Amino acid sequence: MIELKHLSKSFPTGDTTVEALKDINLTIRDGDIYGIIGMSGAGKSTLVRCINLLERPTGGEVLVDGVNLGDLSPAELRRARRDITMIFQSFNLLMQRTCLDNICFPLELAGVKKSEAKEKARELLSVVGLPDKENAYPAQLSGGQQQRIAIARALATEPKVLLCDEATSALDPKTTHSILELIRDINKKLGITVIVITHQMSVVEEICNRVAILDNGTVAEEGDVATVFACPATDAAKRLVFPDSADTANLWLAHENERILRVVFNGADCSATPMIASMAMEERIAANILYASTRTIGEMVYGNMLLGIPNDEETVRRATAYLGRSEKVVVMEVKQNV
Amino acid sequence: MFENLFDPRKVAEAWEVLRTEVPFAIWETFYATLLATFFAILLGLPLGVLLVVGEKGGILPLPAWLMKTLNVIINLLRSVPFLLMIVLVLPLTRLIVGTSVGTVASVVPLTIAAFPFIARLVESSLRELDPNVIEAAQSMGATPFQIIVKVMIPESVPSLISNFTIAITTILGYTAMSGAIGGGGLGKVALNYGYYRYKYLVMLIAVILLIIMVQLFQSLGTFFATKSDKRLKHK
Repeated sequence: MIELKHLSKSFPTGDTTVEALKDINLTIRDGDIYGIIGMSGAGKSTLVRCINLLERPTGGEVLVDGVNLGDLSPAELRRARRDITMIFQSFNLLMQRTCLDNICFPLELAGVKKSEAKEKARELLSVVGLPDKENAYPAQLSGGQQQRIAIARALATEPKVLLCDEATSALDPKTTHSILELIRDINKKLGITVIVITHQMSVVEEICNRVAILDNGTVAEEGDVATVFACPATDAAKRLVFPDSADTANLWLAHENERILRVVFNGADCSATPMIASMAMEERIAANILYASTRTIGEMVYGNMLLGIPNDEETVRRATAYLGRSEKVVVMEVKQNV
Repeated sequence: MFENLFDPRKVAEAWEVLRTEVPFAIWETFYATLLATFFAILLGLPLGVLLVVGEKGGILPLPAWLMKTLNVIINLLRSVPFLLMIVLVLPLTRLIVGTSVGTVASVVPLTIAAFPFIARLVESSLRELDPNVIEAAQSMGATPFQIIVKVMIPESVPSLISNFTIAITTILGYTAMSGAIGGGGLGKVALNYGYYRYKYLVMLIAVILLIIMVQLFQSLGTFFATKSDKRLKHK
């Protein structure tokens, strides 16, 4: 379990100080895939670097399984970092080492015997699906493959926590999806807690079970992904839930006699089915598409949609049940909190 | 000066010098250059590393006054003209080698002149490295020493080879200069036979040989720098 208590971080810049993080309080349970989402400059990267103390917080505590990382000696902290590993947007592999040697690197640092390290590294190459890249150099790999090697490297010391700092931001949608699947697999099979830093809603929707919305150095909202995205209470959350500068206030005003359903497609196999049209025909519910941002990757649909449904309890229930038949589609009502 | 350069008598003279003096002079220039480069790297590499890791925000921050002192010393040493450097370090040369004349003796001023230069070259090589890679190593629990020997230096090898090649060719030029004040090698041959005894053909040949040596070192350096760089995809 990771607890952040009253965490704050400020950077001196000339005469003033920039407060990057202000009184952050978060609890991340074991086994969570915890999303931390926010716009650029919200303090996400600083926050994730405070978790393994790459950045020293200026106030507050970071507790990992009850141990305050700030109290550790430099040597103890280095040992603790083997349990909290990290992957990055730019992969950050050693370009002059082969893939196998890159994966061996953290074990080498930890003083593991070379033969043992190589054996472990080969095992991990298979885990990330690149068993034939042992002797390849990172420059010979695609971005997605490099990130897989970076993930294997991060797993080498058998960590309890994996920090992902915008790990998919440099990748195309298809590769993003496959990397996220790998991360979810690792979370499930190895029981590693994952903290995902991202500015992409789709990433949180696809793999996270809990989310914190970071805005201007503070946690605007925190909770289960479904809950937070269904009832965005704060402006920061609304900006994420209604992106593309959808004017939230007007959206509500224009549809006073409607209730709003948010439909999230998590790789649903329904690109060939006209869901809204068939709902109109089979259930006789006329849905008003208020907003839609979906994309098709292969045969799968990702993204989300806001539907205006006539304001009637029974209709809303039926629409929710109809659209939510596939387990890859999540339907939730968005409540008006204004 | 260059008229009648290929007069049969002069060619015969030049051939005599070429036969008796030049092979050994080439060897002297060669080993003075390599020896001085070796010692200069021995001193300059750690110093260059220190310049990068020791600065504020580096992986092993050192006191600001120490960094300032190092920088001033390097700049001072680099601004002394080489010819004067030979004279200035004469006492040190005598102390270390026992004499201040000859090729071995010239290695001392060559090293003193070259190591601050190499420190600066190492500094610039190491600064090319992506800081994110160093951060990644820190996130894996690497000690500052491990970062230096396992990340910074190995990742900079191609750039270091390129820069050391620049250093070798510069030092080669310096060895020729040391011929003016007691040093051996091709510089001495060019000056003693070519300039002082008006055998301009000898001077010309010595210069051409120096050019060939520079070309050789440069080609080898470029070859190894390219060969060692695993970032190049076409291999």
